Amino acid sequence: MTGSGTRAALARRAPAAVALVLLAFAIAWVGYKAFGKGFGSTGNGPQFVVVALNGLSLAALYFITASGFTLVFGLLRVVNMAHGALYLLGGYLALDLIQHGMSWVPAALLAALICGAVGLVMQQLLLRWNQGQDLRQALITIAVAMILGDQMVVHFGGAPQTITPPAALAKSLSLGVYDLQYPVFRIFIMGAAVAVGVLLWLGIRHTRWGMVIRAGVDDRAMTSALGVNVQLVFAAAFFVGALLAGLGGVFGGTALSLAPGEDDKFLLSSLVVVIIGGMGSLPGAAIGALALGLVEQLSAVYLPAQYTNYSILLTFILLVVVLAVRPKGLFGRPA
Amino acid sequence: MSVRGARRAPAGLLVGAGVVAALALVPLVFSTYFTGAVASRALYVGLAAASLAFLAGYGGMVSLAQTALYGIAGFVMARLIVQSGLDPVPAALVAIAVAVAFGVLFGAISSGSEGIYLLMITLALGVITYFFFSQVTAFGGHEGINAVRTPSFVGDPVRDPQPIYYLSLACSVGAYVLIRYLGGTAFGLALQGVRDDPVRMRALGYNVRLHRTLGFAAGALLAALAGVLGTWHETRISPGTIDVSQTIQLLTIAVIGGLYRIEGAWIGALLYTLLDTYARGLTGRFETWIGLILLAILVVSPDGITGLAGSVRDRVRGRRARAAPGEHPSESLSRPAPLDPTQVTR
Repeated sequence: MTGSGTRAALARRAPAAVALVLLAFAIAWVGYKAFGKGFGSTGNGPQFVVVALNGLSLAALYFITASGFTLVFGLLRVVNMAHGALYLLGGYLALDLIQHGMSWVPAALLAALICGAVGLVMQQLLLRWNQGQDLRQALITIAVAMILGDQMVVHFGGAPQTITPPAALAKSLSLGVYDLQYPVFRIFIMGAAVAVGVLLWLGIRHTRWGMVIRAGVDDRAMTSALGVNVQLVFAAAFFVGALLAGLGGVFGGTALSLAPGEDDKFLLSSLVVVIIGGMGSLPGAAIGALALGLVEQLSAVYLPAQYTNYSILLTFILLVVVLAVRPKGLFGRPA
Repeated sequence: MSVRGARRAPAGLLVGAGVVAALALVPLVFSTYFTGAVASRALYVGLAAASLAFLAGYGGMVSLAQTALYGIAGFVMARLIVQSGLDPVPAALVAIAVAVAFGVLFGAISSGSEGIYLLMITLALGVITYFFFSQVTAFGGHEGINAVRTPSFVGDPVRDPQPIYYLSLACSVGAYVLIRYLGGTAFGLALQGVRDDPVRMRALGYNVRLHRTLGFAAGALLAALAGVLGTWHETRISPGTIDVSQTIQLLTIAVIGGLYRIEGAWIGALLYTLLDTYARGLTGRFETWIGLILLAILVVSPDGITGLAGSVRDRVRGRRARAAPGEHPSESLSRPAPLDPTQVTR
């Protein structure tokens, strides 16, 4: 090893080292703020537990939404910029159905299915005939997002609205630590995210459909030549991707709120999650969602008071650090 | 090709001079309202769209962070003028420097990516910038910053838009000339090489990321200039100026004009501003119509108005059959055709 070789190796590792130091500092800072006064219930421990749970439930919401985004991207190479609009559409549809007397669970399922159908129509009409022109497809989905977003303002108004959770989930659960209570619905979202993740993982790894999907990702032409109806697989993947966006919207509309602008927020979160995790990767989406959800919630509480407004910058730093260390994201593969 | 280009160059210069002369007459011919609400707005919005078209056309990078850079320049200048009491011109210069620095930063972050990856990363950067300005109270939060003073040579743009119009015109012409000049320099040619074949350029010893980052810096300069002009023109700036729908609006303008055509940026901006001024009252759902127009252009002719004109001209001359696959209008969004043969062969 020559001196310059060592220096080059050091220079390559420098971003990773800086990233690790930053991570260690952030953990130490949060740890000090949370448990600096001891672990008793008089300190900031209870607050930490609630904030961490909020971060996890937000991460669960981000994961449900972003997993659809990353699925569509991984298989079809389509960046669906209308994903945020489909999220908001799902929420509004469920709200409308519930206001017309339907109960929460069927309304949620129906809204998600309608979102899947809308996504499917978009794919068949606007994206099927120009496969491979990825930039043109991304711009087309931007146009669709613009139209959907504006039409939703017409039909559902501009005021923030919230979906009432089902009665069984509207309660609070005792956590067993520090005498804390936590909304059951948020715990339900975390469970739903785990279920979505496990189902997608099993479906892609251990079923014939999943095998076809993976083959289609690796070599579309060869898979098609082997007699697989690739177009059908693509349509199904787009349907599921849009359905997950709609499902995310129902959860988000129940736990948070529905308003114009939420579509942009969740498009951003989906983008950041897959940029951090690596595009097309399911484990990457899980890690990205956890990182984003925790950073957002923890930074809102643990930044020094005069800097709380700047918490969005931490999302930016997260993005920059990950891209500096791994330009393709944590689990990204070279295209 | 180069012979045709050489013969065409003086003609192009004449056409350019004619266009500029005609534009200089606009405030004398049209009403004050048209000059202010349509013409000068079209010029600075076109300048912002040109920064996008420059990055797309010469660097192959469709950046959705240009509105963010516009906003950074506008907000920094407005804050320096209103809260720090700085004179408008030095404030504008500082703001442009800050925006270019952020352009370098954004470029450094996204230069490792291409195509839709770059589109996603720059959109994320743009949305983060929007949330930053809407949350941070030092820049006025949701309200933004109002009553921004303009320099004495601009005066009050509402009462007399003529000075801001001529300033915007001068900046636009300067930007256009700068882009065309830059395209012919060693840097510009290398940037186009990076656009067409980054792997080969890397093998030839060029620093691909550095060229993309410098391209971003040049794009940021144009966007920042537009931000300064826009903020002076409106005498205010708010986060709503740089939100996602504005980002999409800028993209729409660039696509209407032909994403890879520099002059198309101003043509698209003029059409958009005309629609915005005179057609917004006709329909309650203006955004929906703009979305439908964008969709129609992307489906029918992704090269926009200028691309449509070009393909009609080519068809009339019977050269269409000879066009390389990459130059075919319906495919050129995925791989931009060389902008002007004379620039590559020179």
